[in-house]
Amino acid sequence: MPGIGAGGSGPTSDPPGSDTFSKREMKRLLQNFAFTSGALLTVALIFVALAAPLLAPFDPDAQDTSRRLEAPSTQHLLGLDDLGRDVLSRIVFGARVSLRVGFSVVVIGSLIGVALGAMAGYFGGAWDVTIMRICDILLAFPGILLAIALVAVLGPSLNNVILALAAINWVGYARLVRGQVLKVREMEYVTAAKALGARSPRVITRHVLPNVINPVIVMATLGLAGAILAEAALSFLGLGVQPPTPSWGAMLTSGRQYLGIANHLAIFPGAAIMLAVMGLNFLGDGLIDALDPKYRKRME
Amino acid sequence: MTQYIFRRLLQMIPITLGILTLVFSLIHLIPGDPAMQIAGEGARPEDVQAIRKALGLDEPLLTQYVHFLTRLAHGDLGRSFRTGSSVSAEIFTRYPATIELAFGAMFVAILVAFPLGMISAIYRNSWIDNVARFFALVGVSMPSFWFGPLLIIAFAINHTWFPVSGRDEGLRSLVLPSLTMGLALAAILTRMIRVSVAEELNQLYVTTAIAKGVTRVKAIFRHALKNAMIPVITVLALQFGSLLTGAIITEQIFSWPGLGRLLIQSITTRDYPQVQASILVIALTYILVNFISDLLYAVVDPRIKLE
Repeated sequence: MPGIGAGGSGPTSDPPGSDTFSKREMKRLLQNFAFTSGALLTVALIFVALAAPLLAPFDPDAQDTSRRLEAPSTQHLLGLDDLGRDVLSRIVFGARVSLRVGFSVVVIGSLIGVALGAMAGYFGGAWDVTIMRICDILLAFPGILLAIALVAVLGPSLNNVILALAAINWVGYARLVRGQVLKVREMEYVTAAKALGARSPRVITRHVLPNVINPVIVMATLGLAGAILAEAALSFLGLGVQPPTPSWGAMLTSGRQYLGIANHLAIFPGAAIMLAVMGLNFLGDGLIDALDPKYRKRME
Repeated sequence: MTQYIFRRLLQMIPITLGILTLVFSLIHLIPGDPAMQIAGEGARPEDVQAIRKALGLDEPLLTQYVHFLTRLAHGDLGRSFRTGSSVSAEIFTRYPATIELAFGAMFVAILVAFPLGMISAIYRNSWIDNVARFFALVGVSMPSFWFGPLLIIAFAINHTWFPVSGRDEGLRSLVLPSLTMGLALAAILTRMIRVSVAEELNQLYVTTAIAKGVTRVKAIFRHALKNAMIPVITVLALQFGSLLTGAIITEQIFSWPGLGRLLIQSITTRDYPQVQASILVIALTYILVNFISDLLYAVVDPRIKLE
């Protein structure tokens, strides 16, 4: 697996940790349709979340019960919900919830996963056996089911959703990083660093991790999409973010009760989820395509 | 093969034990006093005590764990707080509906993915390939809890071809939930088949076959397809396990009376014995299905047994 900045050369020829993203690789990335469209959608999502108070035409919690379930109009572009709240404003603010959950889960999950995976791969022995057995058990347990179980006992809330999703999310990173570390730790530069007296934490953070981080970035991008989808699913089941906080999944659930009467309540939040997830999936796919020449060649 | 099965069975023991422990610990993860939380605010102390006794929470943790395993070994999954009846009875009534749905979804996925994935691989980088790849990406990104309501609007409300919910109308009831659940799987399978068939078509033995005068169609169907199907079968079998969990959402959308809906209903009513039992049964089925898919993989690709 070439490093992001390895410029196609193996990790042995480039000093680890000093990689820079080459212009050629950047150009290749930008020419990749999946990557560019995914990146655009993702940037748009982040922008909407950050600028929500500026972009939302109305207060997302302001109710006008006399106009409940009103269809989209020029005043309310995506219509009003069952309590007479502006759907567009709630979707705009809902982006914040989705991204907050997504980023928190990915950051917590990847930090724990990378640390444990690196330890398992680098030290081997009892560390490896213990960490990998825990991974096996968690992987044998269907992810969303474990999240549902955890939220069911901890109680539905935004923080518990993050906790539950991070609890299942780190396993993927741990396994991935362990596999990569097993390969990298046999490299000559690692042996050289050890011979020069570098301690394990330094070898891992300065020499091993920079060379295994590439697939982690791809996994994190796809993991972000997965976390957003999982949050929406939990909220849809009534186990996620609680009202009146606007969450796309919860909006979809309440919209489901009005199918046939006010279809816009189910259609628009769902479209928002799909666009966000699709953008991130495109981005992740584009990254795999662009950064893994073997995969690209295979498909040409 | 017997040795391989035995080895895989041995590997399953710690995993199954781990899952049992995880399910057992669930009730202890309830913040504060679980019995108090279950009884709800303002509950009388004697009610809280009754719940504590019913769940065995007044015993030491290790004793509770041993009792849990012993009861499980006797097929006793506990009694529902809500109905007072055995939770396993309720689970067994709901189980067939979930399995039926999973098979329905798998049927839809195979029906869509095989032709699409193969055409896509054979005509790589053509417009049809681009359409198939786009479909696959959209399918993976489209949440079932959105696709389901869209299907309901289109085919149950605007055109009353299928029922909105329930399982009372036989095959007609099964169509929309199966489509909802099958779409994501179809998308994954299409990508998988495309890559797998494309890889095999690049192999020398296919070129040799064509060079020796075999037609392209024959080379694909007689030679490449067999090898290309090995990873596909595995993914298909593995995905069957995921369908069981996917059913939790789909059953909720269509009020399908399966195990997933039972789980969510039990969570809403804080019926923890039922929650625990439902999670356990879904998780154990998932492991069993994965075990069978591993065996299947070893049957279709004998090299696996050697690893």
